[in-house]
Amino acid sequence: MERIVLPQIENLNTIDVYLANGGFESAKKALAKTPDEIIDEVKKSGLRGRGGAAFSCGLKWSFMPKTTTKPKYLCINGDESEPGSFKDRQIFEDNPFQLIEGAIITCYAIGAKVAYLYIRGEYHKWIKMMQAAVDIAYEKGFLGEKMKETFGNAFSCDLFIHKGAGAYICGEESSLMNSIEGLRGYPRVKPPFPAQNGLWGNPTTINNVETITNIPAIIKNGWEWFSKIGAPKHPGTILFGISGHVNKPGVYELPSGTLLTELINDVAGGVIGNKKIKCVIPGGSSMPPLRGDKLEGVKMDADSLREVGSAIGTGGVMVMDEDTNLLDVLIRIAHFYHHESCGQCTPCREGTGWMEKTLKRIKQGNGTSKDLDLLCEVANQIEGNTICALGDAAAWPVKFMITRFREEFEQYVKPEVSIPVPNKVHSMRTTTAPLSNLHK
Amino acid sequence: MGFKFTEENLQRIEAVRKKYPTALAAVMPVIYIAQEQNGYLSNEAMEEIASVLSIDKVNVLSVVTFYTMYHTKPMGKYHVQVCTNVSCMLRGGYEIWDQVKGKLGLDHMQVSEDRKFSLEEVECMGACGYAPMLAVNEDYFENLTKEKVEEILDSLK
Ligand SMILES: Cc1cc2nc3c(=O)[nH]c(=O)nc-3n(C[C@H](O)[C@H](O)[C@H](O)COP(=O)(O)O)c2cc1C
Ligand code: SF4
Ligand code: FES
Repeated sequence: MERIVLPQIENLNTIDVYLANGGFESAKKALAKTPDEIIDEVKKSGLRGRGGAAFSCGLKWSFMPKTTTKPKYLCINGDESEPGSFKDRQIFEDNPFQLIEGAIITCYAIGAKVAYLYIRGEYHKWIKMMQAAVDIAYEKGFLGEKMKETFGNAFSCDLFIHKGAGAYICGEESSLMNSIEGLRGYPRVKPPFPAQNGLWGNPTTINNVETITNIPAIIKNGWEWFSKIGAPKHPGTILFGISGHVNKPGVYELPSGTLLTELINDVAGGVIGNKKIKCVIPGGSSMPPLRGDKLEGVKMDADSLREVGSAIGTGGVMVMDEDTNLLDVLIRIAHFYHHESCGQCTPCREGTGWMEKTLKRIKQGNGTSKDLDLLCEVANQIEGNTICALGDAAAWPVKFMITRFREEFEQYVKPEVSIPVPNKVHSMRTTTAPLSNLHK
Repeated sequence: MGFKFTEENLQRIEAVRKKYPTALAAVMPVIYIAQEQNGYLSNEAMEEIASVLSIDKVNVLSVVTFYTMYHTKPMGKYHVQVCTNVSCMLRGGYEIWDQVKGKLGLDHMQVSEDRKFSLEEVECMGACGYAPMLAVNEDYFENLTKEKVEEILDSLK
């Protein structure tokens, strides 16, 4: 299998090896075409975003206004804070120049003079690696003013790295832009969309690191080549980051549409101790979990996963064996989203807190099966009623974990009983209360 | 105590400033520079940030308090961060967390009296495939075992 984003070439992260393997030839080729031709090529290739929503990359680029006097911007999203995701760092480490080349081509296609690469603050080491690569690219004339000479085109662009400072929400595109502007990372109400009103009110395109790293290969080999790899509606390769109870966790680049069972059992070496799988979260912790007994035939691409009631997300696959306590897992997930909610919208701010509290109460042994229904109801109230998709990200795991593993969650709660309560006015009144309340 | 940027850091700030069309946008990198120089973000440091960027102090404070990696109190010389999010938890992240807590005698966001250590339970650090993990200051330690954790902590002098 050919690898696109992380080719198996030793020392590809050094400029000499990158150049010896055709590095920056795609940028040369692209800059000899018109921006519209590039956008068209990317659109036809079928490349979809690798940052979570799997939106058509070429289509997103085409939303950028063609006639405007305003400056345009590209933001490259390397916030990578979704639990279960650790793939972009492999690009920073192993193939930084292809990311830079992708940024150059993208800037040219959308007419941006400046690109910001947003990298999560905890990635100190990878920020340094990326900065070193950017410095070399400037030195060698692939970025900045010197580009004009190198590529023989009047176009030039800058690439700056912006270091995050520990906030999951900054991976959300509008929050990321606020963060770059020097504000708190609050998501913005949409519309207006970034292509109209992005960084400092200017037209802006935001793409994930992996998405951008695919671009040079598409320009080099053409859209037809790309469109034939993997699942036809979601073509190309995907960097799958597999973690949890498998023998060989790590990042693997495979064609989209690879069978989930193949990924787990063959590529990642199977489950530790040959145990059964109880649950798999296929795309980072906000995606709906799948039951271990329903993995047969599930393919890893956006449409196949939607059909089975989940989503590809960032391709971060978390595997949990039969001995995993799903209540503990869900409490941990709920805590995360509560902690990371920016607090702007009431359903998200309050709802995430309520879900965490209710789950913890169940853990303490004070829950009833009504609480399970309540949790699903709270999740439903959050979903779709918030400014940004963190609300959905918080709601889905709770709702789907409980509905798909109801029998397990029922074990953690007490049965609901009807008990008669004496009442002075009426002879008898019935109420429902958990058993434990009787002794209080 | 007053706070003034060193000459070298003022030059770094000037370079950073050129990456952005507005002064406000440089606030995050400049906060990092201040934190690096001062160890943490005192009121004086935040005032100085506002002053060198000619922005309002409130803007500095609001950014500092939004992000978890900015500290308004001094942390230890070694800031130990243990991830307990799902992928780490599945591979023993909480055992590592308990071990580190016990060994350092600290809990979440506490600093030892000699200021040598501080401890933080962190959210996913992007090392899920190499779990469990912890970080000391800027360095990641991955695929941990109890023995490795012992070794790492003992090596911090
Ligand atoms: C709460 C939240 C967190 C997100 N975190 C990330 C992230 O860390 N990295 C990323 O690329 N996209 C993240 N996204 C998705 C971005 O908003 C955006 O859709 C994406 O960067 C677009 O790039 P793409 O079209 O290339 O996928 C996040 C979205 C939400 C709602
Ligand atoms: S959904 Fe949550 S994270 Fe998103 S804007 Fe609303 S409160 Fe903030
Ligand atoms: S869950 Fe610990 S690094 Fe991702």
